[in-house]
Amino acid sequence: MTGITPSRRAVLKGGGALIVSVTLSAGRALAQGAGAGAGAAALPGSLARTPLIDAWLRIDGDGKITAFTGKAELGQGIKTALVQIAAEELIVAPEAIELVTADTARTPDEGYTAGSRSVADSGTAIRIAAAQARALLIGAAAARLLVAPEQLRAADGFVVADGGRRIGYGELAGAELLHVRAGPQANFVDAGRHRLIGKSVPRVDLPAKITGGAAFVQDLRLPGMVHGRIVLPPSYGAKLREADTASIERLPGVLKVVRDGSYLGVIAEREYQAVVAMRALAAAARWEETPALPDPDHLFEMLATLPAQAISVRDGDSTMPPGTRVVTARYRRAYQMHGAIGPSCAVGLYQEGALTVWTHSQGVYPLRAAIAELTRLPPDKVRCIHAEGSGCYGHNGADDAAADAALLALALPGRPVRVQWMREQEHSWEPYGSAMLSEARAALDADHRIVAWDYRVRSSTHATRPGGRAGNLVAAWHRDTPVAQPAPQPIPLPAGGGDRNALPYYAIPQLRVVYDFMPAMPLRVSALRGLGSYMNIFAIESFIDELALAAQADPVDFRLKHLEDRRAREAVTRAAERFAWSAFGRRPDRGRGFAFARYENTAAYIALAVEIELDRESGRVRLVRAVAAIDCGEAVNPDGIQNQIEGGILQAASWTLYESVQFDRSRILSRDWSSYPIMRFPAAPDRVTVEVIDRPGAGFFGAGEAAQGPTAAAIANAIADAAGVRLRDIPIAAASVKAAIGV
Amino acid sequence: MITLSVNGRAHRLDIDPATPLLYALRGELGLNGAKFGCGLGQCGACTVIVGGEPVFSCLVPVASLQDRPITTLEGLAAHGKPGALQQAFIAEEAAQCGYCTSGMIMRAQALLERNPAPSDAEIRTAMAPNLCRCGTHMRILRAIRRAGEALQKALPPADRQPDR
Amino acid sequence: MRIRRIVLAVGAVAVLGAAGFVIAAQRPLIPEIDPPAPGTFDRALVETGARLAAIGNCHVCHTAPGGADYAGNRALPTPFGTVFSSNITPAPGSGIGHWSQAAFGRAMREGIGRRGDHLYPAFPYPHFAKLSDADIGALYAFIMTRRPVETVQRPNDLGLPFNQRWLMAVWNLVFFDAAPFRPDPQHDALWNRGAYLVAGLGHCGDCHSPRNALGAETTAEALAGGEAEGWGAPALNAASPAPVPWDAEHLDAYLRRGWDVEHGAAAGPMRPVVDALARADPADVRAIATYLAANEGGASADRQRRASEARARAGKASLPQPAAGEELGAAIFAGACAACHAGGSPMVPPHGIDLALSTAVNEADPGNAIRIVQGGIQPDDERAGPWMPPFAGAFTDAQLASLLGYIRAHYGSGAAWTGLAAKIHDLRQSKGGA
Repeated sequence: MTGITPSRRAVLKGGGALIVSVTLSAGRALAQGAGAGAGAAALPGSLARTPLIDAWLRIDGDGKITAFTGKAELGQGIKTALVQIAAEELIVAPEAIELVTADTARTPDEGYTAGSRSVADSGTAIRIAAAQARALLIGAAAARLLVAPEQLRAADGFVVADGGRRIGYGELAGAELLHVRAGPQANFVDAGRHRLIGKSVPRVDLPAKITGGAAFVQDLRLPGMVHGRIVLPPSYGAKLREADTASIERLPGVLKVVRDGSYLGVIAEREYQAVVAMRALAAAARWEETPALPDPDHLFEMLATLPAQAISVRDGDSTMPPGTRVVTARYRRAYQMHGAIGPSCAVGLYQEGALTVWTHSQGVYPLRAAIAELTRLPPDKVRCIHAEGSGCYGHNGADDAAADAALLALALPGRPVRVQWMREQEHSWEPYGSAMLSEARAALDADHRIVAWDYRVRSSTHATRPGGRAGNLVAAWHRDTPVAQPAPQPIPLPAGGGDRNALPYYAIPQLRVVYDFMPAMPLRVSALRGLGSYMNIFAIESFIDELALAAQADPVDFRLKHLEDRRAREAVTRAAERFAWSAFGRRPDRGRGFAFARYENTAAYIALAVEIELDRESGRVRLVRAVAAIDCGEAVNPDGIQNQIEGGILQAASWTLYESVQFDRSRILSRDWSSYPIMRFPAAPDRVTVEVIDRPGAGFFGAGEAAQGPTAAAIANAIADAAGVRLRDIPIAAASVKAAIGV
Repeated sequence: MITLSVNGRAHRLDIDPATPLLYALRGELGLNGAKFGCGLGQCGACTVIVGGEPVFSCLVPVASLQDRPITTLEGLAAHGKPGALQQAFIAEEAAQCGYCTSGMIMRAQALLERNPAPSDAEIRTAMAPNLCRCGTHMRILRAIRRAGEALQKALPPADRQPDR
Repeated sequence: MRIRRIVLAVGAVAVLGAAGFVIAAQRPLIPEIDPPAPGTFDRALVETGARLAAIGNCHVCHTAPGGADYAGNRALPTPFGTVFSSNITPAPGSGIGHWSQAAFGRAMREGIGRRGDHLYPAFPYPHFAKLSDADIGALYAFIMTRRPVETVQRPNDLGLPFNQRWLMAVWNLVFFDAAPFRPDPQHDALWNRGAYLVAGLGHCGDCHSPRNALGAETTAEALAGGEAEGWGAPALNAASPAPVPWDAEHLDAYLRRGWDVEHGAAAGPMRPVVDALARADPADVRAIATYLAANEGGASADRQRRASEARARAGKASLPQPAAGEELGAAIFAGACAACHAGGSPMVPPHGIDLALSTAVNEADPGNAIRIVQGGIQPDDERAGPWMPPFAGAFTDAQLASLLGYIRAHYGSGAAWTGLAAKIHDLRQSKGGA
């Protein structure tokens, strides 16, 4: 077996913990875990798991308000959005709220900050808690002032009566007022009177980042802090045969060299001393490697032969009706990486039998459980505190760096140990977005309508987050008593993993969709922004254009013909109009492309129109212009949504045009930006426009992942428009385009 | 003993002369602006200004910095107020995760000091050494243009650059 | 009287001779044709032409920065002034749309335009003279199927007498060997194909051969080293300065990829050459590599010994200890260069070349090394490839001189470089660079 393949026993045993935590973050109102009781099943969002109001909000005697969220700021603006929500419902200024994020000692357990669910899960909980807290404060004031609650109003930290009598929140809250279970209903501030929700309130975290304040886990400086570096094997499964650690111990500043089986690390007083020692340790290490990677030139052929569990996404007849025109196509997507600009980092401190880890992990609770297993400490002796990292776009090396900080901290009790992964370590060892392949078949009737659709997609898992299991941490694989990686499990629909968005959102009478889930992981993989939706939407929206071409229909009209959902139709129409789709002027080597999707088929709607330009001599494609229309329900922070969508478009354009992880039979070859280039300023588009369709009262959907798949398809469609060639393999690199268009 | 002049102040440091400036700034001087992104001169997250030139602080050893003025993000503020570029970045909300931001601002600062009214193409070329993984390029370009215009307006009319 | 008559007679002969020469120098006009429709060319021939054009690299000289492909107006500095390349798209007005294949062939192989005008040898017709009829036909098919773009031709910036085109007839008489390529029966087909391409289409000698005061290459010193845009083009004969002598396999890899682990990365004007060669027929690149490796001395015992010695010098376990006065250079090397150029570089091949193997570090002239350090090496766009940041802004001239002095002392095998600071200063001011 190749790569990181779970043992047969592990596959048969299954990965229970993984499913639980994943389901919690994916589902709604599932009453599981401590704290649930009668009536808890009716509570929405994260309240279901954490129903007490004071788990979400505390008001001190002096009126200071602290809000708590189990979600983490990843640079997506969630802190700001949650502060807006809390301040709106508590009728205070945003500055009056201090928000504590993801800390196993202080905040609710909200699983992972992932799946674009933060506003939906945490925002909903905080909103209800804050609205009900306001009601409780008013009720307490009513009792004290002996007036009816209707004659009181909350304003700016006080409950105020007609005539001016007022009592501060701090005085009213006391120790117990908020220590009650939330109810399922709340009296929200009327949308017409919103001061904050729906406004582009400036990001609370940006000023520090722009002026040099401490903002990231990389900026943590604790008293007595020292610096750690690890030495990772040159390839998966390599074994350390020898390492002259004695000479490393004598290097300037070195405090400790850690060796445990094939796990190697070094701790030094100063950071550069740790870097020098790391290089020396790497040079002194001798490894025994076992080539375990697939042949890159035949990757997809090989993947197609691996055992897979066939999951029915939609059961239907796959036979194309007679008398129809049948179109088929096959699509592929290479392994791609998160490529966080700041390699992963964590700080660990072990003293008096307790371990604290500051980490940018997306899930401090599952990480805590995994580190507890890794270090054999009781979970209540392990505390994981979220501190921001650079954008991670999913499960990257954050949890692994946290594990390294834990292990190195244990090796040097009493001193905080800061572990920084190097660029090449992040590039080589992070879990990638899985390579995927799919096949689409559809039939058009005489009216040029799609009457049958058969789609089959194959992928490795999109979820190997720690999930409470040490075996999902790289450090666990290399120690003397290694912990094998647990067998991955498919993420259930409607969220899905490799099958996310495998179901087209169009009205098609006969529909069959199958997901071939491969447990094997030839390369280490996990969740990358959008998960399977990037590839599936790329395939589906490219295929829709291929069908439109066969039907000789305009791509926008063809989509509208098959979309019944009113909100979907509006997103499509708005994007097309804003782009001036029907008035597009033809220019040589320029093309336009369109795409639409509803994220997870249940969340945000997005339609996207792009213009590309093509350099015929080289095959190089540049995104020139993009126009998106996004409907994510009630828009808490419109500017934040625009920022996320613009960013998603540019990042996905980079994925689509340039990116694929390079490897040979033994090693990952994409180890730095020279061997894995991403978009730079000269290739950035001329203009990106995002129209936010606001729907107050319609609930919150996240926007963070909505743009990825549509961008890929829109670009492919625009290339087809410009050059008459259909590229179906991601990345659509210059060489592929050149080969397709010829000389 | 090496003396570094950072943001107008002198610091005497007893460190390995081969230490890249980045580690001296972050470790010895506790400054947060310049960040570790790659250590290979490929991403620009560590960009600072030395003698008016934007440099990768991860690849400049302190031994070469005696008597050369170093400016970091922290040095752009004047009288407690953020500098023009910083204000422009805040106004345009030109950041998502914010990790690349310091390097972006420093490279843009060096550009505007050299070329106060750059064209869009000149900005793009000047900023090419700096990577942004979040895709905030459009806002960053807008913020740089905005800062350039603000700096121009602050000049007496005779000193302003013509529009291009 | 008699002397006066003799002087007059000699003068008359000279004037008549010159006049006759000028008249004879004017070559006939080849009549216009209607621009051929692209569809009339055989597809396979066009593709062959494209692969040949990648070796000739028409694109790099005939395309202005940011300009339309093959539409000319790129400035080509020469010691005699600046020549602007012509529009070779099939545009009827300002391009070569009206040129027949005969006209195209005459321009390529004789340096004469369609109207009979002499072309300057900034256009390498002395090399293209070697092209076969078949290759001319393929190149013609390629060029005439490019997108036509009308332009306004920039006039050349040449002073007297260089702006007198007819004087090229004299130059050709003296320096232009118009003989076609003759294969050498002592060598196999691969070597001969390489010889044909190097001498002809590849026009390697344009950069890699020395030129005389009138800008002509001398056959006796073919490929003995030259210069291009301020960079030194190393000798491709027995005088090659590469520490590890080139063999066909490594040279082939270098030409196709732009780098080789034992020789470093293509820099300066060589970068567009290897970028284009990536699109040439791999068999042709192999032929070029075979010929050049043989031209440098083949697999002789001496060269193999030198290769082993160079490899042995490489791969030092730790950074070389600085001699007195080298401390700054050593510190800069440790902090700025070692991450990539010393053992354990995290980058995949090509890594940073081990400097003991770098040609630039081992050349007598430090110019190439200075330019590489000042300007770095990066691809033009989002392509994987060698990456070196520029250091011009990071260090002063004196600091760069210390660094290069240290590198030369410990990684180069030759006399120390002198006058480094001044050379660094001069190159900083000049326009060239990576």
